[in-house]
Amino acid sequence: MSDPMRIRAQAQGSGAVVRVLMSHEMETGQRKDAAGKTIPAWHITEMTAALNGKVVLSGEWGTAIAKNPFTEFVVKGAKAGDKITVNWVDNRGDKRSDEAVVA
Amino acid sequence: MKAPALALAVSFAAPFGHGQTNNAPSAADGIAQYRALLADGNPAELWEAKGEALWKQKRGAKNVAFSDTCDLGKGTGVVKGAFVELPRYFADTRRVQDLESRLLSCMEAQGYNAAEIAATPFGRGEQLDLEALVAYVSAESKGMKFNLPQARPEERLMFEVGKRIFYFRGGPYDFSCASCHGEAGKRIRLQELPDLTKNPGDGVGFAAWPAYRVSSGELWGMQRRLNDCYRQQRFPFPGYGSDATIALATYMGVQGKGSVSIAPSIKR
Amino acid sequence: MQNRREMVARSATVALLLAGAGVLPARAQSAWPKAAFDGKSIDEVYKGLGIAKPVESKDIAFTAPDIAENGAVVPIGVTTTLPGVKRIAFLVEKNPTTLAGLFDFTEAVEPSVKTRIKMQQTSNVLAVAITSDDKVYYAQKEVKVTLGGCGG
Repeated sequence: MSDPMRIRAQAQGSGAVVRVLMSHEMETGQRKDAAGKTIPAWHITEMTAALNGKVVLSGEWGTAIAKNPFTEFVVKGAKAGDKITVNWVDNRGDKRSDEAVVA
Repeated sequence: MKAPALALAVSFAAPFGHGQTNNAPSAADGIAQYRALLADGNPAELWEAKGEALWKQKRGAKNVAFSDTCDLGKGTGVVKGAFVELPRYFADTRRVQDLESRLLSCMEAQGYNAAEIAATPFGRGEQLDLEALVAYVSAESKGMKFNLPQARPEERLMFEVGKRIFYFRGGPYDFSCASCHGEAGKRIRLQELPDLTKNPGDGVGFAAWPAYRVSSGELWGMQRRLNDCYRQQRFPFPGYGSDATIALATYMGVQGKGSVSIAPSIKR
Repeated sequence: MQNRREMVARSATVALLLAGAGVLPARAQSAWPKAAFDGKSIDEVYKGLGIAKPVESKDIAFTAPDIAENGAVVPIGVTTTLPGVKRIAFLVEKNPTTLAGLFDFTEAVEPSVKTRIKMQQTSNVLAVAITSDDKVYYAQKEVKVTLGGCGG
């Protein structure tokens, strides 16, 4: 249902910098449509990032995270060839999972 | 935008962002910092990835891929470097075409109805695929300099027509493109307006579109950008992929010769 | 559209495979702190998160622009030298609901993150760091917004 994330994982020093672009409306629930009806909130509620299958970072998000969220973090001890998996779940129960290899 | 507000904008233009005499960071510095912080991780990359997949995928009633059938000016299937040479003349359609009208021609070859797609509102249906495709194609010329061909009489004609359209005043406020983009140093509120009668600099003006617009979270191609300019001038839009819009793009692209493309960029 | 359906099929398959591999969030949706996210003030967020009022700390480096050209997307970043930080929360004082989001850190990541938030208007933005022994610290910055980002 949703478009793939773009994950870039770059080895840097003793770890890896991971940059994730997610495709999501992140609708605040504050906007009204042309007919004056409130557009319901629709947003990622939780995300996780895993290194070779083990969760290293997680996030709980509200409606004030921007549309098409960009997140950057540093995974210690990650090296070229390691697998980074990012997951998200939204308030409608939609899920998305994508992975990338550390370059 | 009413004329008095424009006059105000012009009078603000001189001190704004030009050698502040006080020590506090100027608004221009603040905006520059904001844009720098956004430079990495442009959501347009999501469109680029989708566009690349679309380019290589067999689609339409004829079930053919752009990569096998679409010539953007540098050969069938060749994407690298094509964007910075558009608009240009195409022998098969006997027209000068910009990227979006050329993609429409290629979609017709796949069996789509180009007129229907041109009539589809932005952000719906096949227009979404066009957004992805322009993001991908422009990304493949990122960092290259604009070098529109002007060898053919048709290309030179479109340049001349585009120039006249650029300066043509009309609509209820008697605006032309030049009203906002005909001089250096103009702005509307905190938005600088590039001078499009010359090369306004790398990654500015014509060299910055398509772009991801943060304010709506949408990817806008040049056609949509022009559509919105016309809306702001209270003009009817000349039509998606029309000769008028192609002529304008030709004028801006030729005047911007040598500027480096940063498309798809990220914009307010 | 044909291509999108294909992508959905592929991604659903990947999701199922990864669910099997135990990589999807193990915690239930109940982990989402609703009371904190409903908070309409900084104090309500602290209450919702069950934390004490934080102490300002120079060991939290908080990056945010002075002016956001558009409140819809405001890039912020935080990094800290405080030891044992397990959670960082981002609060926007003048937003309709104050808590924008939180990040939970394991030992395997640096206690630093960049994200992008929405701001309705010029406001103080706070980065609140919670350590593993439940001490709470914060850093803040005022970010001016020229266009509201919440729907106006």
